Amino acid sequence: MKRVYAKEEVCIGCRLCEIHCLVEHSKSKKIVKAFREEFPRAMPRVMVEEKGGISFAIQCRHCDEPYCAEACMTGALSKDEETGAVLHDSEKCVGCWMCIMVCPFGAIQRDKQGKKIASKCDLCPDKEIPVCVANCPNEALVFEER
Amino acid sequence: MSITLLEPEFKIIRDDDRCIRCGVCERQCGFDVHEYDPDDDEIVSDNTKCVGCHRCVSLCPTNAVNIVRNPLHFKTNANWTGKVIKDIYKQAETGGVLLTGMGNPKPYPIYWDHMVLNASQVTNPSIDPLREPMELRTYLGRKPDKIEIDYSSGEPKLATKLAPQLTLELPIVFSAMSYGAISYNTCQALARAATEAGILYNTGEGGLHRDLYKYGKNTIVQCASGRFGVHQDYLNVASAIEIKVGQGAKPGIGGHLPGEKVGEAVSQTRMIPVGTDALSPAPHHDIYSIEDLRQLIYALKEATRYEKPVSVKIAAVHNSAAIASGIVRAGADIVALDGLRGGTGAAPTMIRDNVGIPIELALAQVDQRLREEGIRNQASILVAGGFRNSADIVKAIALGADAVYIGTAALVAMGCHVCQKCYTGICNWGIATQDPQLEKRLNPDIATRRLVNLLRAWGHEIEEMLGGMGINAIESLRGNRLHLRGVGLTDTDLKLLGIKPAGEGA
Amino acid sequence: MSQSKKADNKKQNYVIIGNSAAAVGAIEGIREADKDGKITVISKEPYYAYSRPLICYLLAGQVKASKMLYRDKDFYKKKKVKTVLGKKATGLDLEKKAVLMEDGEKVSYQKLLISTGGVPFVTPIKGLDNDNVFTFTTWDDAKNLDKLVKKIKKVVVIGAGLIGMKATEALHARELDVTVVELADRVLSLALDKKASDMVKDQLKEMGIRVFTNNTVVGITGSGNKVERVILKDGTTLECDAVIVAIGVRPNVELVDGTKIAVNRGIIVDSHMQTSVSHVYAAGDVAEAPELLAEGNKVIPIWPGACEQGHIAGCNMAGVEEEYIGALCMNSIEFFGLPTISVGLANVEGEEYEVLSKYDQKEKTYKRIVLKDDVVVGALFVGAIDRAGIYTGLIKERADTKNFKKELLSDNFGYVSFPKELRIKKLQVIEVG
Repeated sequence: MKRVYAKEEVCIGCRLCEIHCLVEHSKSKKIVKAFREEFPRAMPRVMVEEKGGISFAIQCRHCDEPYCAEACMTGALSKDEETGAVLHDSEKCVGCWMCIMVCPFGAIQRDKQGKKIASKCDLCPDKEIPVCVANCPNEALVFEER
Repeated sequence: MSITLLEPEFKIIRDDDRCIRCGVCERQCGFDVHEYDPDDDEIVSDNTKCVGCHRCVSLCPTNAVNIVRNPLHFKTNANWTGKVIKDIYKQAETGGVLLTGMGNPKPYPIYWDHMVLNASQVTNPSIDPLREPMELRTYLGRKPDKIEIDYSSGEPKLATKLAPQLTLELPIVFSAMSYGAISYNTCQALARAATEAGILYNTGEGGLHRDLYKYGKNTIVQCASGRFGVHQDYLNVASAIEIKVGQGAKPGIGGHLPGEKVGEAVSQTRMIPVGTDALSPAPHHDIYSIEDLRQLIYALKEATRYEKPVSVKIAAVHNSAAIASGIVRAGADIVALDGLRGGTGAAPTMIRDNVGIPIELALAQVDQRLREEGIRNQASILVAGGFRNSADIVKAIALGADAVYIGTAALVAMGCHVCQKCYTGICNWGIATQDPQLEKRLNPDIATRRLVNLLRAWGHEIEEMLGGMGINAIESLRGNRLHLRGVGLTDTDLKLLGIKPAGEGA
Repeated sequence: MSQSKKADNKKQNYVIIGNSAAAVGAIEGIREADKDGKITVISKEPYYAYSRPLICYLLAGQVKASKMLYRDKDFYKKKKVKTVLGKKATGLDLEKKAVLMEDGEKVSYQKLLISTGGVPFVTPIKGLDNDNVFTFTTWDDAKNLDKLVKKIKKVVVIGAGLIGMKATEALHARELDVTVVELADRVLSLALDKKASDMVKDQLKEMGIRVFTNNTVVGITGSGNKVERVILKDGTTLECDAVIVAIGVRPNVELVDGTKIAVNRGIIVDSHMQTSVSHVYAAGDVAEAPELLAEGNKVIPIWPGACEQGHIAGCNMAGVEEEYIGALCMNSIEFFGLPTISVGLANVEGEEYEVLSKYDQKEKTYKRIVLKDDVVVGALFVGAIDRAGIYTGLIKERADTKNFKKELLSDNFGYVSFPKELRIKKLQVIEVG
């Protein structure tokens, strides 16, 4: 399946991936509204790690055998049979953070602004190409099969 | 310490309703213009630092930022313009030579914009490049006075031994830009694009990075007055060698790369210690006469077994024609002329803006003189200095050039906004910098693609213009001044350019 | 979970005793390889598999009964599993390969999985047989407590382990007065070290919950059969209307007593979850499986472990070889808004261990990393639990952290802290140009 991969040599640390991810997961999906009028503000699911001149975006790897789905005690995390994406059901989630405990990529975050639930990349099911990839100004993210 | 009298050149206009305080502008400005103030939750911009490179404008996800000329007016004065006044303030404050980057911005006449091309009508039908083959291929090098064909084997074979030639699929070459002045990623993109498009690029006086040796077939290496990076492998990996005597942006003086831009990789490539200023002397200290030039040309040919053409690059100055004649007679296979508009990574402003002559005039005179002396075939002419589009290129070839060097245009294709701050080492587009953080912004994959796109576009346009003139091979246009007419030029201009005024027939 | 070989398709007869995490994992594992084999699940509880850890959320009123199911209502139908619910398995006939039910029925099998989980540990305290003395491990326990909550005011919880603390939180959320009595010197003594435990204790104090440590309940008294007070070891008496006994859980091995199946504390299994009897497997809280961080086997009763073990058992039962990397103790529990995560040997001390820790009183955060020969063997987080899984990954891989050890405690420890080769390997970051 296609996944998002980062090219750290050309990541410029602009964080436009985080911004567009937030907008895509907001209520209005309009950038100005999402930032200025929605409370609580949506959360980006991709994180840019940055230190000492190195930067790159990291998000859920949609593992073939996801530890998070296994650890989830409510069954809120599961692997979509068709797309292969590991999806999170916010209705079932109780915020126990087992997924955070087992994800070796640290790709799951606590939703700090709204309900006490986990937050992670869903591979933008409504889009052909995830918005982080489409909006990276330096093509530092690719969406491909490996 | 007294106040500075230098007011901002640009003004940042931020649409506060659209600004989402994402901080991209703050993170992306290498000049530290924008800063997020968490107490007031707003981005504050310092106009005094803005250089007008538009990085923030391009990356702002809501198009909230715009940059305009700072509308601060001096009392109208045709002589004492704002610019002239500010230059004096700067020198009064620093005591330093005014430095700048890129090419001459002053409003000297652009002769390309006063020349128009012909088109075929009725008597000489035009050719449709989408249906008929068009030959844009160009060979650079010494052409023989005559050729002899050997028929002894039954089939015609060329008996004359040709001097080494360079093959270009388009009459365009990427101009000399040194590694050090531009980033490694930019060099890589130029090398890759040249290879993909079947043309060449020029290393400039910065030497050649080892990782780029694999593009040697498409590389012209330069031997400049500082001899940076010149060694056996360097000469042999390339397809041609160019002796840089001068450049259009700063005729008469040598190159200058500030020590801040000399890191580990630049140091290794140029063969100088890390952190030292790379100063090229004004003359080659082994060329003090035309005979010395001949000696160097042949030394280079010997070192490369006469397998590669040797070019000599000079700035276009008053007696370019005589100099060019001497260069050809000294054994050069290519004469490269760099005009008044030529770009640079760093040059004293006074020299860049006031020394040298426009390439159009130099080209016409050099081509004329070499023809008159019967030696035009002995060297190809490469011209450089502010070529902006395919029309400029077609006109240059009609005026007599074999091919055109593009420098600024290539950088612009890769994202340059011609803000002229290359000499600071801070380039928000990752081009004219050695800062590894800034260099990342030039993704070689994207830059290569953009360069190849530009060449492809210009190639098609050249074909269209040729077809329009009823020509299907660039060779038929070369030096064919009858295809040009001058518009709004004086008699002297017309005479120097060797073209007729528009309105005059065949 | 690593190597696997393709199964040959025989129509097998699988029976699973127990219907929680391990059972569901096993069903999914079996069905990945064997679409047709017969699967029967036997459970003494009358429910489809439910998320047992949610019972405290249910009691607290944070989750509705409709959310309790671990999988969709049609999970068993879709997976073609026959369920025998509300009936207890009472014995095994290993010769004839049959499970003996309490109503006399026999269920035959070709491959058997015992995933009976754990039962609450109960010590002989006087007065345990009073009304309103509960253990707290099942949905029914939550339901019964829920009925009682409106009628009572004070509760004493015996044991400040994971179950005891979650029960305390739930009862507090229902506005009851709760007192906790713990035998060890600190709450959550198995999961947390002193510092982390103190942080949790401070939260409890802020909530008005009394905690007695180094103490235990020796008697429960009341009038009629109703609980009225408990008596502590040191003589203190506490008034209360109900008592929750949450001392611990032990593997439910009753079923295999007297059989050839090897048992220690739990049912002993190898890295394929197979017991000493080849057609019998065990997984989950009842199993004593090979440990990741040490030689030998251990019972580590945690939800993710049960799922993983169940899945591996299922694969192996269906003929696909899967190997268990080993049981690793880990817990993620939030108390009164203070999240805690502990993985591996999080609270050990000793000369062979190197302990790195960072405590921020103002932010209420604590990080404790335990290393042995530059390999992370344990990690403990209070408050700052973000990205804790990265450390879990390092523990599982037994990664050599020599090159980035000093980054382990930094606030933004992440993949950027790893040396480039390691990062590229894990993320497949590709090079440009």
